[in-house]
Amino acid sequence: MNTAHISIKNLSMGYGSFMVQEHLSFDIHHKDIFIIMGGSGCGKSTLLRHLIGLKRPCSGKIFFKDKSLWDISSSERKEIMKQFGVLYQKGALWSSMTLAENIALPMEEHTRLKPADIRDRVRFKLALVGLSGFEHYYPSEISGGMQKRAGLARAMALDPDILFFDEPSAGLDPVSSRRLDDLILELNESLGATIVVVTHELASIFAIGTNSVFLDAKARTMIASGRPRTLLESETNGIVRAFLTRGEENRIRKKTPSQG
Amino acid sequence: MGTLAQVNLSEKTLEIRLKGDWTSTQKLPAFQDMVADLKAAASLTEIRFNTAHLTAWDSSAAVFLFNLYKYCASRDITFNDAGLPQGIKKLVGLAAAVPEKKDSKTPPEKQSLLKAAEKKYRDMISSIKTTLAFTGDIAMAVLRLIQGRSSMRRSVLIFQIQECSSRALPIVSLISFLVGLILAFIGAVQLMMFGAQIYVASLVGIAMIRVMGAVMTGVIMAGRTGAAFAAQIGTMEINEEVDALKTLGISPMDYLVLPRLLALAVTMPLLCLYADLMGVAGGMAVGVFMLDLNVMEYFNMTKHSVSLADFGIGIFQSIVFGILVAVSGCLRGLQCSRSASAVGSAATSAVVTSIVAIVIATALITLICSIVGI
Repeated sequence: MNTAHISIKNLSMGYGSFMVQEHLSFDIHHKDIFIIMGGSGCGKSTLLRHLIGLKRPCSGKIFFKDKSLWDISSSERKEIMKQFGVLYQKGALWSSMTLAENIALPMEEHTRLKPADIRDRVRFKLALVGLSGFEHYYPSEISGGMQKRAGLARAMALDPDILFFDEPSAGLDPVSSRRLDDLILELNESLGATIVVVTHELASIFAIGTNSVFLDAKARTMIASGRPRTLLESETNGIVRAFLTRGEENRIRKKTPSQG
Repeated sequence: MGTLAQVNLSEKTLEIRLKGDWTSTQKLPAFQDMVADLKAAASLTEIRFNTAHLTAWDSSAAVFLFNLYKYCASRDITFNDAGLPQGIKKLVGLAAAVPEKKDSKTPPEKQSLLKAAEKKYRDMISSIKTTLAFTGDIAMAVLRLIQGRSSMRRSVLIFQIQECSSRALPIVSLISFLVGLILAFIGAVQLMMFGAQIYVASLVGIAMIRVMGAVMTGVIMAGRTGAAFAAQIGTMEINEEVDALKTLGISPMDYLVLPRLLALAVTMPLLCLYADLMGVAGGMAVGVFMLDLNVMEYFNMTKHSVSLADFGIGIFQSIVFGILVAVSGCLRGLQCSRSASAVGSAATSAVVTSIVAIVIATALITLICSIVGI
């Protein structure tokens, strides 16, 4: 029996005739914190857009549990997409609404909760991300890190089974970025949610990742997969090693002959 | 001033002396002259430097030396940087560390006329396709709304109605009043020759109420509201706010497009009616103050010559224009690509699209009316 939560089978993606990545096959298991990593411009975010159903793959299939995302009716697909929570790179809060309204909107659309219940839940979700008391602020009135956390609160509005993070640490200072990592770990533990993170932040990758896939821009496909720490110890591919060690190894090797 | 001196130490070695200030503000020796000299020395194998009298330098010295470095590399001359200041040595070394990428980006190939035409044709087909698909999506959304299954929010609709109604009144007043005035002026000059000043009222009345009221409001709303729609939705698209709507299961059609479409379809006829009034008032101002007509006389003539059908056509046109402006604004906004300049071009293109659509629609409606005979 297939225990994977999300299963990608021979996925190829591209824009028009330009292929970004081809022949991607991997499984994301329940409760994984799955890292999608790779150098800049290798198609990490594009892969994420495919996983959350915003872009149709050129070929190949994406299964959620046992349903193929693009072989079902659009209303069924919407049902599946409701189980996602997505934190976009810049938070993507709706700028014309307050934080409370941002988080309330999905609940108002998809649940039959009473306004008072929704208010309580909004307050709870904001408290989870450390933003109690910010209900009536507009996104433009808070800092970038707070916007991201508010975006996370909105992503959790419908109690999703899967949370997707697009470069959570981009544009955050090291401390905020670390706090977000801790939050991800805690959500993973307490909600039991499967988490997919697109990132190239090494500290995060090693701190939270339980499984990963490495995309390479040149080969246009995945060249490594597995637990990031294990990859660091045993991966032999030079590109992956260089990425995981910030290129330190190469520099040492280059320097040794001239110095010794 | 920076100067350059060359000292031939031997047939094979050349010492280059850099003196004075080598900075951007100074007049510096040209690299080309230097190359001409070097070309003459065919047996050269090494270049050295002496910078004992170099007082100041910046990028201009580094650029000169980097060019020299590249030239030396191409001719297998040793570039002996021992005599250079530490800073320049490091900069040149840094610039030379990664070899120039040869196949990086070739300038776009010159296309044959046929190829270019084919590309244009394909682009056009795909743009027609997306427009049709978008129109279809809107039709489906309206259908859902009629069936009561739409997730459009009343609060958003009310906000949009407010945005594109009362706030547009000042500009609509001004433009329509002036258009009425202009029409009356043009008519008056001609009609006065026959002593038929009173027909200015008919001219202005029919022109404003049947066509110009609707067209002018349409154009104003295209510039004012259509562009705003495109910019708002385009910015949302760039900030991934539209994606966030989609992934949270909220249809951008229901949430963004439908309220704007309905708001304009409702407010445009009202604005048009108001524009008609202001236009007639503009005509009346000319009639009363320039042609010495009586206010009641002018009013009665207008009432007498404008039929209910003229009114109906005007109002109908304004509804059509409202829909066209809203559709083109939302379409261009949602098509916005992800860069800062894209919002600007989305707004521009929304205005252009709506005005073209308005003119074409006016022509079609006028043609149909004349065939049917209203």
